[in-house]
Amino acid sequence: MMKMKKSQWVGLAILLALLAFSLGGMAFSPYSISQQDLNAIMESPSAIHWLGTDHFGRSMFTRMAHAVGLSFGLSLLCMFTSSLVGTAFGVWSVWGGKKVDVAMGIVVNILLALPGLVVVLLFAAIAPGSFLVLYLAISLVQWVEYFRVVRAVTQGVIQSPARQSSRMMGFGRWYQFKRHIWPAISPSVFTLAAFGGANAILTMASLGFVYVGIQPPLAELGLMTVELFPYYSEAPWLLAQPLVVIALMVFAFHLLAGKRA
Amino acid sequence: MKAMLLERLLQLITVVWGVGTLTFILMRSLPGDMAYRIAASRYGQDNVNSEAAALVREELQLDQSPWVAYWHWLTDLLQFKLGDSLVSGLPVMDSVQHMLGHSLLLALSGLMLSVLIAVPLGLLSAWRGNPLDSVLMGLSSAIRAMPVFVVGVLLLLFFALHWGLFPVAGFGTPAHLVLPALTLAISLAAVSNRVVRDSAKHTFQAAFYRFSRVKGLSEWQTFRQHGVRNIAVPVVAFFGIQLVSMIEGIVMIESLFSWPGIGHGLAHAIFARDIPVIQGSALVMGVLFVLLNTLVDIICLWIDPRGAKA
Repeated sequence: MMKMKKSQWVGLAILLALLAFSLGGMAFSPYSISQQDLNAIMESPSAIHWLGTDHFGRSMFTRMAHAVGLSFGLSLLCMFTSSLVGTAFGVWSVWGGKKVDVAMGIVVNILLALPGLVVVLLFAAIAPGSFLVLYLAISLVQWVEYFRVVRAVTQGVIQSPARQSSRMMGFGRWYQFKRHIWPAISPSVFTLAAFGGANAILTMASLGFVYVGIQPPLAELGLMTVELFPYYSEAPWLLAQPLVVIALMVFAFHLLAGKRA
Repeated sequence: MKAMLLERLLQLITVVWGVGTLTFILMRSLPGDMAYRIAASRYGQDNVNSEAAALVREELQLDQSPWVAYWHWLTDLLQFKLGDSLVSGLPVMDSVQHMLGHSLLLALSGLMLSVLIAVPLGLLSAWRGNPLDSVLMGLSSAIRAMPVFVVGVLLLLFFALHWGLFPVAGFGTPAHLVLPALTLAISLAAVSNRVVRDSAKHTFQAAFYRFSRVKGLSEWQTFRQHGVRNIAVPVVAFFGIQLVSMIEGIVMIESLFSWPGIGHGLAHAIFARDIPVIQGSALVMGVLFVLLNTLVDIICLWIDPRGAKA
């Protein structure tokens, strides 16, 4: 296990606390995310509704728990997929010879030619409100980062005397990867993964905010911001909740990354 | 220089091809018969029968195979035939040109403001050091954690709704530009002030910089002769990296403030499933992105000609 700095532990602690809030809320709340109570709209936090109720009288505690869960689910999925794909292709592009490298270079250049959010928006246009398409689009945008870093670092390691003698001694590719390449790339992959998690959350919230992401009645942080915005003067504490949580999640991921971007 | 331009040109072609292909897939994957849909948007939902659909099908040759259709789609694209909006019926080209002007205005004023914020603050924190440095860096970390639209919503709440200093949304007067541009500037400056600071610190500590002080130049002369250019290279290069966040920021900010630019147009078109407009605005964004990147490359070469040999 890598040694973590104090600020990284703080980031991890915030994330775990949010995760616990989300799981606890989803498991134990007596309300559902779409259960309305029009006699109790926009209530302030109380013993019955811990975080108050929104403009349809839905429990904010339950909705926030689900929204945070959704954000975590997406960001973790994207993180795993894109890091796995990016690392695999990055190593392969160095190890697989010139042809593979050139082909991968072309693919990457195409993907880098458009800003990430525009690519995700275009995919969202194909199937609006689909979690699966969002996940695929964000992963498609994010794996390129891992690919570029892993490829650059691996190129040095492949040429190193240590790796070459390891090959001459007859060790298999998997052993060479585990013993020589992975230790060199793992810190970068870890940092990229933390930033990638933050970006996935930001992208999903941004899409929800322009109304082309996850669709109502599902709870999503960006969508909730738009929904609650008209009631900012009657119930500012409601609008504050999704805003604070998005910022907190992103901040925690940045802390966890440890390095400055 | 030549190789760089050639590479960018290649990228430009891939952008056009990529956007064209994606929107073609989009067009094909919409549910329902395309001829019926186009007939409905032409003659109204109630006046469509299979006869009208057949007419449209024949006129637009909708019964051709996917590959032929794809080929036509791409050749139209290369001749800049972007078609008409499915919603308003206006040519996409005109509305995209109109939107582009507004977006460029917002992007340029946001970028200038961000330079005006980030450069003095970055230089100040490099020059003064702690505790000012820590305070400014902490502030920029906090702002960096907020998505652009959160910054925008906060500015909107305080400056427009609470204090009533600026209009909430819309365009027309210079006052309408203030909040969107400021939002963009703050989110960009929160990242770039760090780069200015690191670059300035690096330069201030360099041997050549201290030598010029020792040989008798004043602090200001040293800064002007040896500081500015050396600090500027990483900063300008970083603006190239920031173009991504600038374009992404524009999409969000325009939607938030109802600024009639490309990002607003794209979000609306996706919501209304207006495919020609989606294609037009995505295309313009992609092309803009590549062109601006090229511009940054050229400026970097101009500031620091050493890069040309590498």
